[in-house]
Amino acid sequence: MSGISEGISWLTDSAHWHGDDGFPHRIAQHLGYTSLTVVIASAIAIPLGLWIGHTGRLRGLAIALTGALRALPTLGLLTLVVIWRGIGLTPPIVALVVLAIPPLLAGAYAGLESVDRATIDAARAIGMNEWQVLGKVEVPLALPLIIGGLRAAVLQVVATATVAAYIGLGGLGRYLIDGLAVRDYPQMVAGSIVIVVLALVLDGIFAVVQRALSIQR
Amino acid sequence: MKVTRLVALAAASGLALTLAACGSDPTNTSAGSGSKASASSSASGSTTQPIVVGSASFGESEILAEIYAQALTAKGFDASTHLDIGQREAYIGALKDGSISLFPEYTGNLLTYFDPKATATAPADVDAALKAALPDTLTTLTPSAAEDKDSYNVTADFAKKNNLHTIADLKGVSGLSLAGNPELKTRSYGVPGLDKVYGISGISFTPISDSGGPATVKALTSGKVDVADIYSTTPSISQNHLVTLSDPKNLVAAQNVVPLIRKDHDSADVDAVLNAVSAKLTTASLLELNTKFNGPDKPKAADVAADWLKANGLA
Repeated sequence: MSGISEGISWLTDSAHWHGDDGFPHRIAQHLGYTSLTVVIASAIAIPLGLWIGHTGRLRGLAIALTGALRALPTLGLLTLVVIWRGIGLTPPIVALVVLAIPPLLAGAYAGLESVDRATIDAARAIGMNEWQVLGKVEVPLALPLIIGGLRAAVLQVVATATVAAYIGLGGLGRYLIDGLAVRDYPQMVAGSIVIVVLALVLDGIFAVVQRALSIQR
Repeated sequence: MKVTRLVALAAASGLALTLAACGSDPTNTSAGSGSKASASSSASGSTTQPIVVGSASFGESEILAEIYAQALTAKGFDASTHLDIGQREAYIGALKDGSISLFPEYTGNLLTYFDPKATATAPADVDAALKAALPDTLTTLTPSAAEDKDSYNVTADFAKKNNLHTIADLKGVSGLSLAGNPELKTRSYGVPGLDKVYGISGISFTPISDSGGPATVKALTSGKVDVADIYSTTPSISQNHLVTLSDPKNLVAAQNVVPLIRKDHDSADVDAVLNAVSAKLTTASLLELNTKFNGPDKPKAADVAADWLKANGLA
């Protein structure tokens, strides 16, 4: 267990808590990559998922597509985009967006599918148009599953955003990549601990939000 | 009755297995049995015992092992190969226990393996330190000029524009940026060494963790960085017409290709063959061999080696 304790002393060393290489800056970068990724992925996947769930069209295709996207190795995709676009912010964000789309898409269309057909028919019967059915009935009822998809996406992205460091960007992956390069295992353990804690904290926040949503009803 | 038949069957199959084991023995080059069996059965005309050439699990090492083995075979020795032995821990072990007898090595890395605190960087110094650090059972022959090591590369345009030939010429370039593996930031041959040995400071460093692979090359060719650390025999250097800056002050430790051999398999005749190979081997020829090996038609290491030996009049 000496590895863990050395990691903890690396983590608690005040020298590692300020400056460009310090934890606050790296955590901010990490959360930056994560939120940028989730915003872009949500803008793509949630409208698409809602359309699929509402109309029931292309459902088979969506399932096949999300399965295929999930099978893509993030690091391989990252390298592919680097060869195509060069290094910079684009390659890791593209690779992470591809990772985040499947859970978001699945949450959206599965959420809408879970809504009782009788409720939707009743909404149409009282004269709601399709947009009102979607906005006032389907989405509110599907919200716990949509948030569930968002929760899964954020968790996967926050754990995988470490790949940004592979091509010279920042984030918490720096501790893993730089530590591995010079066999500085305490640094790697410290970085891992911060990533785990960050993921647990974010997951905890989503758990609270999801519970609040289900109590509301 | 049934029991006796079962026993007979078991005995028969046991016998068959034993026979099979005997049958495979003479050709078996793996772990131990090869050298022991062959020591007694060296009736192949040559006076020395059979030589098994090992290699690590990457293309260049396999090609070099094939070159050694085929050059020896061409001169009448009984040589075979045992390729793909993995990391240095594994194949040094195989050399020590005698399951292989010859290995294409790199002077600098081999020295660091036996003496982690070694500081020599110039080719002759590394070779001398290596000779002193090797265990009693092993020795190295004369190193070749061929080196596979970290090298600083620029694009042909950038080299022309700034009139660059050696690392020292980088001193005149302002706002220099460099890409390479993350450890380059702290290692003696990296950013600190560029400052200390060549007086080049203020470099902005981009760590890219693919050991001079496609991402590093792309960063260089797309102009994101001015200089990139790429292993000196990587085909992408010639494919992208990159210019490798020479290192007159030996910032990067020498990594000359050298035959590492068990002393009990070494002789003046063997040395003559391997020294002739080493005399022809240059960094440019390694680069060419690697480029050919990684080419679109994916040739075998043995064929690439055979072509090179023929072209150089060694086989």
